[in-house]
Amino acid sequence: MADVQVAKKEAAFGFGKKERKLLVDPLNDNNPITVQVLGICSALAVTTLLDKALVMSIAVIFVCAFANLFTSLLRMYIPKQVRMIVQLVIIAFLVTVVELTLKAVDYNIYKELSVFIGLIITNCIIMGRLEAFAMANNPWRSFLDGVGNGIGYGIILIIVAMIREFFGKGSLLGYKILGPSSDFLITIPGYQPNNLMVLFPSAMFVIGVLIWVHRAWNRKLIDIS
Amino acid sequence: MGELVNIFIKSAFIENLALAYFLGMCSYLAVSKSVKTAFGLGLAVIFVLGITMPINWVINTALLSENGLFGMDLTFLRLILFIAVIASMVQLVEMVIEKVSPSLYNSLGIFLPLITVNCAILGGSLFMVSKEYNFGESVAFGLGGGFGWFLAIVAIAAIREKIRYSAVPGPLRGLGMAFILTGLMGMAFMSLMGIDPAAF
Repeated sequence: MADVQVAKKEAAFGFGKKERKLLVDPLNDNNPITVQVLGICSALAVTTLLDKALVMSIAVIFVCAFANLFTSLLRMYIPKQVRMIVQLVIIAFLVTVVELTLKAVDYNIYKELSVFIGLIITNCIIMGRLEAFAMANNPWRSFLDGVGNGIGYGIILIIVAMIREFFGKGSLLGYKILGPSSDFLITIPGYQPNNLMVLFPSAMFVIGVLIWVHRAWNRKLIDIS
Repeated sequence: MGELVNIFIKSAFIENLALAYFLGMCSYLAVSKSVKTAFGLGLAVIFVLGITMPINWVINTALLSENGLFGMDLTFLRLILFIAVIASMVQLVEMVIEKVSPSLYNSLGIFLPLITVNCAILGGSLFMVSKEYNFGESVAFGLGGGFGWFLAIVAIAAIREKIRYSAVPGPLRGLGMAFILTGLMGMAFMSLMGIDPAAF
């Protein structure tokens, strides 16, 4: 409860050091995927192609930011016992909005993402941020926290998708870059794209190595146990 | 009957929810530090999947489809209703386990409510809809998918218990290694794709 009172004293819409920290922290020290281990399922499944990963990131940033905002607005009126269900209904509402919008705007991507748009509901990043942050902070800061965590998730998704699409298909966003035939930008005769990169275990390897690199660079994150 | 066995085997081994679709990865990585808790969580997932799948099937066909009770296409309510069923079922399972086996309840602790946000459960229901299973098939798919997830989490927990004593490079220790192990297990499970379930 102390947090609530502190938050109330501060300006409702300021953008100072604390607000910047909310946006920047999830990108590195507190990254949802590589440090908090939240939202892995979708990160693995949608990263075969860069465009899928981009759409997914935008969807998660949107849902995460607005779910945080709405929960924070309602936090004084939600009874403790049913808060999970209230949060799930808020998230499910936002995800339905995203799903129907995507269906109308770009049906092909919608088909490719299939159940994974629906699964944003159970994306633990969103649930985790609602529980840990939005229930105890004012709407503006919760909104920023949601955007920050959404971006932290999106960055990892985009890095993984770039690696997988480039090495798996020799293309980025569908533009052919590196390959054996002359319709690629750079032609290397006899070059074979690594088909393993398109298959699911490679997502695990890429994220595993990414965590390795991240922790080797930011050594305070190393798991001592 | 043979058809149902096929679906069970297919969903447990070939289209394993954890290792082929990466569903439920959050709890899979967080709870796989010891075999004992992994075992309990795996059982709870089998149970919840086995219950929610038929209930969601009934809701989807009897209430939401065009030939259902309301006579109109209400599929836009699917996500909200499915997650509500799952949340209430998990609550129910939690109360039953607390009554029947307090020791299992204590060892599962916070992970039981987390099953609500385990994507394997909701994902299973959504796959069931997109694959257009009938009632019996949805039960087989739920139990098979749960069993596959159970196998995956118990296996990774056993490996992680052993690998704790190996000389893994510092930054890779813990989480990073768990990812790479899961990738290797995924590759191993890929070899099961060659199995023709109709042969059983």
